[in-house]
Amino acid sequence: MAAGDLLSKIELISPSDFAKEKVRAIQEYSLLASQSLSNLFKRPLYMADILQQADLIGFGSLPIVLLTGFFTGAVLALNTAASLGRFGALSLIGQLVSISMVRELGPVLTGLMVAGRNSSGMASELGSMVVTEQIDAMRALGTDPTKKLVTPRVTATVFMLFFLTIISDLLGLIGGSMVATLLLGLDSHEYWSSTYQTLVFQDVFMGLIKPVIFGFIISTVGCYYGMSARGGTQGVGKATTEAVVASSVLIIGVDFFLTRLLIVLLGFR
Amino acid sequence: MTTPLQPAAISPASGQEPSGRAIVFENVSLTFEAKPVLDGVSFCLPRGETKALFGVAGSGKSTILKLALGLMKPDSGHIYVLGEDVTQMREDDLFELRRQIGMVFQESALFDSLTVRDNVAYRLEEEHALPEKEIDARVHEALTFVELGHTMEMYPSELSGGMRRRVAIARAIITQPEVLLYDSPTGGLDPVTSTTIVELIVKQRDVYKTSSLLVTHRLQDAFTMANHYFDRTSNRMQPLAQGSKADVPMTFLILRDGKVIFDGDAQALAQSEDEYIREYIS
Repeated sequence: MAAGDLLSKIELISPSDFAKEKVRAIQEYSLLASQSLSNLFKRPLYMADILQQADLIGFGSLPIVLLTGFFTGAVLALNTAASLGRFGALSLIGQLVSISMVRELGPVLTGLMVAGRNSSGMASELGSMVVTEQIDAMRALGTDPTKKLVTPRVTATVFMLFFLTIISDLLGLIGGSMVATLLLGLDSHEYWSSTYQTLVFQDVFMGLIKPVIFGFIISTVGCYYGMSARGGTQGVGKATTEAVVASSVLIIGVDFFLTRLLIVLLGFR
Repeated sequence: MTTPLQPAAISPASGQEPSGRAIVFENVSLTFEAKPVLDGVSFCLPRGETKALFGVAGSGKSTILKLALGLMKPDSGHIYVLGEDVTQMREDDLFELRRQIGMVFQESALFDSLTVRDNVAYRLEEEHALPEKEIDARVHEALTFVELGHTMEMYPSELSGGMRRRVAIARAIITQPEVLLYDSPTGGLDPVTSTTIVELIVKQRDVYKTSSLLVTHRLQDAFTMANHYFDRTSNRMQPLAQGSKADVPMTFLILRDGKVIFDGDAQALAQSEDEYIREYIS
């Protein structure tokens, strides 16, 4: 295809239309996100759908979360051993691994893993339903799709990501312990007591508030891109990719601002 | 009769839609990306009547069904369905109204993760009004109506296109809605399957007296409906006796460039002298 033909196929859009499109997208996302929460106080609640999604999202994501948590903790111990060893502070490995995992790496990496697996799954499933008119059929049959499809996914993701993060944190500490004891020759009891003693309420609070926010981002972004998919299978593919990219970037961006906010609010050290 | 109905002719006198009309479109206009799809469309569907909508692709036929169901909102005009102005209703209230309306989508739109039984039972399950045993009985009855009683545990992907349309009809009629909307129910099907579906629509019209809007490209299907009635004794569609066409509650509506250019019965359509209509029906 000649360059001219290719250029003629590229749709040009004016800056004002582009801006309007983005503002409308934010407006629609905000509406969907708020509806997903307000639906929790309306009947019916679709408990069976919430449990089904909790199983798919929570139990289904367990293998990747276990592996990610374990190897992150292990590699963290491995990488910092050389630096700490230079200052004769190898015994601080437990503290470093626990603070890093609980405050930051556990929530963020678990969030990113779950986003990659579930945000894309939600976008493709709901997108396929949109392009095959199943969402319209649902509305025609008297069911609110946000109540039936979006709210159960949001509830299940928020709830399950919270527990997945705790499991990931624990596996990270176990990974660090394996490296510390088996490769670096540290005492296991020393590692675990320093790990436990170094954590304070603020660390745990920060580590547990993040998965709640990240779970909400993952599910609402996945559902939003799915529900706004257009243009057949190609549109579903595009929605899936965009959902993963947007939720991953949002997790990393929001993580920074949330960390800063919590440091200020809770008077972190 | 080739002139579109005037809004005044069907306008509800007191702001309330009379009970004798299932659907009323009153001067409805809709534009998509600066392109007018519907331009001042007005018509009414009396209760118990089936109205076939015709027009070239993109003339707004399916849009009319979606507007009647409240899935889309017009730019201007009013749409009354069972006495309610759907253009003024909130989405939550529309869900209640939609429970009295059945819709058969162009591509069936069955839920592909549910079995045929669960698809057909969907509305009853959502309403939580009946015990499971009775839901099963109602599903079996609806599937028997469309001659698919043996497909209960199958998934939509295991059915042929014609079978999926029939399941979609069973899903739409299970609650015996007052209004049925069919979007190209025979599109892309072989003549034998099409005739089966036409027969089901005639059965629904003559046995249950359901008001229906039917979008189709197949003029012969609509003429078959206008020339046949459902005989309960033989449980088959039978041709009408010569000269008794007026007994069948079946009318035709033709759209062109977003406007209604014909609204009347088969006899009036056959006698129309409008050049476009003559070419369309030839």
